[in-house]
Amino acid sequence: MALKRIIPCLLYDGSGLVKTIKFKNPNYIGDPINAIKIFNDKEVDELILLDINASKQKRKPNFEQIANMASEAFMPFAYGGGVKTFDDFTHLYKLGIEKIVVNSLIQENPELIKKVIEQYGSQAVIASVDFKKSIFNGMLPYSYLGKKINHSILQYVHYLTKTIGVGELMVNSVDKDGTWEGYDNEIIYQILNHVDVPIIACGGCGSVNDLKKVLYETDVNAAAIGSMSVYSKKGMGVLINFPNREDVIIE
Amino acid sequence: MIVIVDYGLGNLASVANMFKKAGIKNVCISSDEKVIANAAKLVLPGIGSFDAGMKNLEDSSLIPLLNKKVLEEKTPILGICLGMQLLTTRSDEGEKSGLGWIDAETVKFNLDPSLKLKVPHMGWNYIKVQKSNSLIDSHSKNRFYFVHSYYVKCFDQSQSLATSHFGNDFTCMVIKDNIYGAQFHPEKSLKFGMKLLENFSKL
Repeated sequence: MALKRIIPCLLYDGSGLVKTIKFKNPNYIGDPINAIKIFNDKEVDELILLDINASKQKRKPNFEQIANMASEAFMPFAYGGGVKTFDDFTHLYKLGIEKIVVNSLIQENPELIKKVIEQYGSQAVIASVDFKKSIFNGMLPYSYLGKKINHSILQYVHYLTKTIGVGELMVNSVDKDGTWEGYDNEIIYQILNHVDVPIIACGGCGSVNDLKKVLYETDVNAAAIGSMSVYSKKGMGVLINFPNREDVIIE
Repeated sequence: MIVIVDYGLGNLASVANMFKKAGIKNVCISSDEKVIANAAKLVLPGIGSFDAGMKNLEDSSLIPLLNKKVLEEKTPILGICLGMQLLTTRSDEGEKSGLGWIDAETVKFNLDPSLKLKVPHMGWNYIKVQKSNSLIDSHSKNRFYFVHSYYVKCFDQSQSLATSHFGNDFTCMVIKDNIYGAQFHPEKSLKFGMKLLENFSKL
């Protein structure tokens, strides 16, 4: 049985690391290469790096810096942001990126994602599913670039796994992002029971206890940490850090 | 020179990077027959499907040279992931014959649905080393990163060097004389993988 994973999810603006609150107000954190070196020493299970500006600014991924990061990551390394063409995917896989995270591309070009999966396998693509509470309609998928997604959250994850065929989902609560309040375990539990691919829970982690709860109460496969991996405490200074595995993972 | 065989598949740069991280020099990535002929050790990486792997190897016309190096000259070789599966005689994943250097075949995970396990077996897992050897310490607790839907089934259990557990125990490392294979990715397995590559370099 594969072990449960704890994954630092690093946000990147195309040059440096940043951290947001509810997807807004990116705060500068530091140099990505340095952070990756620290995460190697901390023996993290996996890393996710998301360029939060690339698609917005309609620019390509920063391949040169990503290559440098990949050569320092001695664990599985996932990247997302600004990946729009088959060549972009190929280029990133060749750099040593194991998995590519797609988000706005799901609306823009689902056929391309299918083609990538055919070539590289379903495990090489993670779909990022952002969700946000709506006053009248409950929890809805949220499109990062503002294009409306005409599905309920459960319809949407079904479409991603069955129609497009992605091998993994990263489910991220916009309302919880950067709050340190804990994951949205209820919606994560619902999604988990609706699909048959591994799920990475994301958004809101503020403590070891939050990690334990999401990993063992919902039985999700992996949990991403954002603020907790780049700040010493809520409202405090930058500190690249990672909880002790033994404090979280039950074997 | 340790030569990482480039046959157009697999994460070559990551493997080279991990050797570098372990402080091992004299590592190169090559598809050149002269370079491979002079190699002290070989690494056969690989990601993708079995037939795609064998087809690329056939097209590269490296197979006779590899047979000579591995079977006659007894050059140590480490197959990684698909590279380990290619060491077997065949695979459920394709039609082509494998290299057939170890007495094993590659089969699909056939898991009891009630276990609710998700294939591919992806993520970190512990391994159990079956016997003492020069590649991996049989006493310490080692975890490695796996991504695979097929696994190697040995006909001769003495060639199963280590097992891991996914629904059932399965062979995750093989050994036969100078031939080694790892189903997991040492190049992505932090200090655990680094140690394995370092030990391989010292064989």
